[in-house]
Amino acid sequence: MLDQFSPVGPFVHFKRTLLVLTALAPVRAHAAPLQYLSGAGQKAVPVVWLTWGLLIISIAVIAVIGALLAGAIWHRRGQAWVQGEKIVLQSHEGGLNWLWIGVGITAPVLLLTVVWTVKVLAQIQAPSGTPAVTIEITGRQWWWQVRYLSGDVSRSFLTANEIHIPVGVPVRLKLIGGDVIHSFWVPQLAGKMDAIPGLTNETWIEASAPGTYRGQCTEYCGVQHAHMAMVVVAQPQADFRAWWDHQLTRPTPPQGAAAIGQADFVVHCGSCHTVRGTEAAGALGPDLSHLMQRTTIAAGTLVNDGPARAHWIADPQSVKPGSLMPSPTLSEDDLAKINIYLETLG
Amino acid sequence: MASTSDYERSPTVTEVDTPLTEKLKSLWETRPGFMGWLATVDHKEIGLRYIITAFAFLIAGGIEALIFRVQLAWSNMHVLKPEQFDQLFTMHGMTMIFLYAGPVLSGFSNYLWPLLLGSRDMALPRLNALSYWIYLCAGLFLYSAFLVGFGPNVGWFNYVPLAARAYNNGPNIDIYALGMILLGISTTVGAVNFIVTFLRMRAPGMSINRVPIMVWGTLTANAANLFAIPSVSLAFFLLWMDRNLGTHFFDTTAGGSALLWQHLFWMFGHPWVYAIVLPAMGMVSDGLPVFCRRPLVGYTAVALATVATMVLGFGVWVHHMFATGLPNISLSFFSAASIIITVPSAVGVFAWLATIWTGRPVFTTPFLFFASFIILFTIGGVSGFMTGSVPVDWQLTDTYFVVAHIHYVLIGINVFPVVGALYFWFPKFTGKMMDERLGRWNFWTMFLGFNLGFFPMHISGLLGMPRRIYTFSDSMGWDWLNLITTLGSFVFAIGVLLLIYNVINSLRHGVSAGANPWDGPTLEWATTSPPPPYNFAVIPTVASRHPLWEDRLGMPAGERSQVQRGLVLDHGKEALGTTTVDAEPNVILKMPLDTLVPLCLALSMTIVAIGLALINWWVVVVGGACTAASVLAWLWPEARLGETAAPAPGRAQHG
Repeated sequence: MLDQFSPVGPFVHFKRTLLVLTALAPVRAHAAPLQYLSGAGQKAVPVVWLTWGLLIISIAVIAVIGALLAGAIWHRRGQAWVQGEKIVLQSHEGGLNWLWIGVGITAPVLLLTVVWTVKVLAQIQAPSGTPAVTIEITGRQWWWQVRYLSGDVSRSFLTANEIHIPVGVPVRLKLIGGDVIHSFWVPQLAGKMDAIPGLTNETWIEASAPGTYRGQCTEYCGVQHAHMAMVVVAQPQADFRAWWDHQLTRPTPPQGAAAIGQADFVVHCGSCHTVRGTEAAGALGPDLSHLMQRTTIAAGTLVNDGPARAHWIADPQSVKPGSLMPSPTLSEDDLAKINIYLETLG
Repeated sequence: MASTSDYERSPTVTEVDTPLTEKLKSLWETRPGFMGWLATVDHKEIGLRYIITAFAFLIAGGIEALIFRVQLAWSNMHVLKPEQFDQLFTMHGMTMIFLYAGPVLSGFSNYLWPLLLGSRDMALPRLNALSYWIYLCAGLFLYSAFLVGFGPNVGWFNYVPLAARAYNNGPNIDIYALGMILLGISTTVGAVNFIVTFLRMRAPGMSINRVPIMVWGTLTANAANLFAIPSVSLAFFLLWMDRNLGTHFFDTTAGGSALLWQHLFWMFGHPWVYAIVLPAMGMVSDGLPVFCRRPLVGYTAVALATVATMVLGFGVWVHHMFATGLPNISLSFFSAASIIITVPSAVGVFAWLATIWTGRPVFTTPFLFFASFIILFTIGGVSGFMTGSVPVDWQLTDTYFVVAHIHYVLIGINVFPVVGALYFWFPKFTGKMMDERLGRWNFWTMFLGFNLGFFPMHISGLLGMPRRIYTFSDSMGWDWLNLITTLGSFVFAIGVLLLIYNVINSLRHGVSAGANPWDGPTLEWATTSPPPPYNFAVIPTVASRHPLWEDRLGMPAGERSQVQRGLVLDHGKEALGTTTVDAEPNVILKMPLDTLVPLCLALSMTIVAIGLALINWWVVVVGGACTAASVLAWLWPEARLGETAAPAPGRAQHG
C-alpha cells in the first residue's frame, strides 16, 4: 500500500552517500527528528517521492552543468593575459546550438515537473477516507492550544502541545492564529500550513505507523519562535479512544502535600492555567489537565519530569527568555508542593 | 520633440584635439573642495559613492551575520539574547537585500552606463544625485536606530500582526517603515533616470540591438522597480498608519487582513529579487566574453531572456505564500510559473557555457569570478526550482534549505559577479590595476568559504532545521552542519577582507592601467582610465556591439564605429539626445550644473521621516517646508540654461 511504503529503502544507500559526500558530517537522517526525506502516511509519502525526484534532477543538473563548465574552461585554454596587449579573438560564429539543445532538454524536464507537482497536489488535497477526528489547533506565543472537537459537546476538551491521533486514519486539522502567524509543521506527516489570525486553515494528516512525530512552528513568531515545538502521538484506535476518555475524567481530589500544592496552584497559576475540575480556570496559558500524560513541557522544550518542571516553574525566563509566563513568587516549599500536585494530574 | 533644426545648430564633426579637451574639462569638471564634492552631479562620482556605500553596508551586514553564526555554531549556545538575535538577523537581511544588493548594482550601472552608451552623463544628473543622497540618508536613518537598539526586529519581510503595535510596541517597526519609504523614493527616481537614459542617451548608431547586456539587465530591473516599489511603499505606509493613526488595514481583530501584507510585500519582493540579479547577470554577459575572446553567444536570446525573466517574475510572488492556505487552483498557477521561469535562466546558462566552450578562456581574476558564477547560479537555480513545486515547498519553506537557496542566489548571482566586475572595471574607475596574484587568493578563499559555509545549509534544511531560530537542541542532528556553516562563513569573510585589502593596496601601489587593459570591446575602454569628466571629447558613433573589436572581427574599414572623430558639443555642458530605437541624433541636451539642491531635498525628506518617527509634528512641518523649498529651488527656471559658452537660440531640454 502506498501509504505504508517509504521510498527511503531503495534510496538508502544513495542517501547515505549523498549525506557523507555533501555534508562531510556524521549525520544520519534518523537522528534528525524533523527530517522529511522519509515520511509516514498518505499525505507525506507522495511528497517524499516528489522531493527525492526533484532532488535527483537537481543534483544531475548541477553535475552536468559543472562538467560542461569544467570542460569548457579546460579543453582549450587561451593565451596568457598580458596587460594592455591585444589578445587573439575567435571567430564569432557558432555556439547557438548550445542554446537550442540546452533549452530543448530543460523545457521537457520542467514541464514534467509541473505535471508531477500538480498531480501530487491533487493527490494530497483530500484524504482517501473520511477524517475520523477533527482537531482545532491554535498557535499562540509560544505554544499550541489543541481542542478536540466532537458532535457531543461534552466530549470536547482542551489540551496543549501534544496531539494524539489514531493511527492509519486521516485526521482533520483546523489551524488558527491565536495572536500572530504561526506555521504548523510535523515533517514526517505533512508539509507546513500556516495558522493565521482571522482565518481558519483546514488541512489533514495521517500517520501510517504508531509512534511519536515531532513538529515545530516554522513561521517566525517572536522571541521564542525557537522554542515552539509540539509532538504528534499516533496510537492504535483503541488506545486513542482510551486516551480521549481519560482526558474527560476529573482528577481525584489530592491528599496531604498535594492538596496544599493544589491550593497554591490555584492561587499562583490558576489565573492563566486551567485544570478541569478545579478552581484553576485561566485561559492565557496551556490547559494543564492530565499534564502527566504529556512527555514534554514548555512546548516541547523540556522533558516532563520533576526537576525540569521545578526549573521551569521557578524561572521560566531562563528557559524561554521573553516567554509570557512570569516568574512567580514562590518559596521552595510551595514550589515542591505544586510539583507534587502536578504529578497527581495523570 | 525638439530636433537639431529647432536648435538651429548642427554640431560640427572633428577629431579630438587638445584645445577641445581643455575646454570640455573646464566646462564639466566638478569644482574642488568640500562644497564641490557635495554638489557634484557627475555620474562617475555618484556611481563610486554608491559602490563604496553599498560595500560599507555589505561589511556591516556581514559582521551581523558572523555574530549570529557564532550563536548558531552549536546547539544551546548563549552568545546572544533572543532579542539581539532577532535584531541581528533582521538587520542582516534588510541590509544585504535593500542597502547592499540593489544599490551596488545601481553604482556600477551609474558609473558604466554613460560610458557603455557613449554618452556624457545620465539623462537626469540631479535626480541621480538625489537618488544617492536619499539612499545614504535612508541607510543612516535605519542604522542609527539600530545602534541605539531600535532596529527592525521581526525579519526583513516584517509580517503582520507580529509587526503591529499590539505585538511590537517600540519604535523599531516605525523606523523600518519610514526608512523603507525613503529608500523607495531613492530607487524610484533612480529607476526613472535609467529608463530615460536608455531611451534618449545612447550614442548615434547604438540601436537597441547593440547595447551591452548589462544595460538590458539594468533597464529591465529598473522598469520592474517602477511597478514593484509602489507596492512595498504602500504596504509600509499602511502599516505605519495602522501603528500610529489607528487605521486597521492589517488588524485582523477589526476586519483587516494579515495576508494583505504578504501579498503587497511579495508583489514587490519577488520582482526585487530579479532586480538585484539581472544587472549582475548582465555584467557577466558582458565581462565573461572579454576573457573568452569572442562575443557572447546568443546576444538576442540573452537580452530577450532577461526581459522574459522579469515579466514572468511578476507572476510568481505567491510562491512565498504557498503555506498560507490559498486555494489549490491559484497555487497550481503560481507553481507552474515558478518552475517555468527556469527556462530563460537556462538560456543564460547555456549562452555563457557556449561562450566559454567556443572561446579561448584567458585566466584572470574577473574570469574566475564570472565563470564560477555559472555553477553557483545553477545551484541556486535548481534549489529555486525545487521550492517552486508546491508540495515540496510545503516541506522546504522556512527551513535552512531556503536559506541556502537565497544565499546561492544573492551571493552567487550578485556578490560573485559584483566582485568580478570590481576586478574588471577597477582599472577604469581608478586608472590602477588590482593585484592579480592576490586576486586569485581572494577568489579561492571566497569560493571555498562560500561553498563550505552555505552548501551544508541545504542539508540542515533537509534535516528540518527551521529558519530564524536563535538556538536549537542537541537532539536535532544539526550540530556539525552548523559548525561547518559557521566556519565557512568566517572563511568567506576572510575572502572579503582580502578583497578590501587588495582594493586599498592597489589604489596605492597598483600598476597603471591604460585605457584598455583587458583588450575589451565596448566603449568604456575607448576613453582614458579614469575617464575625463566629460567621458568622451567627441560623441562616438557606433556601428556594432563591439566597437573596439571591429577591425579584428572583419568589419570593413569604412563601416566601423568611430570614437576619435565625432560630433563636438562644447557650447556649455551639453550632451546628445538620440532617438529611442535607432539612436539617430535628435537634440542637444543642456545638462545641469553641479548643485546642492538634491542634497538639500534628500536631507529635508529625511527630516520629515525623523519627525514622523518621533511623532513630532513640528519637525515634520519644518522638514516639509524644507522639502517644498528644495523642490522650488530645483524647478526654478535658470536664465543661463547651463550655458557657459555662446548662448544658442531656440529651445533646449533640461536634464
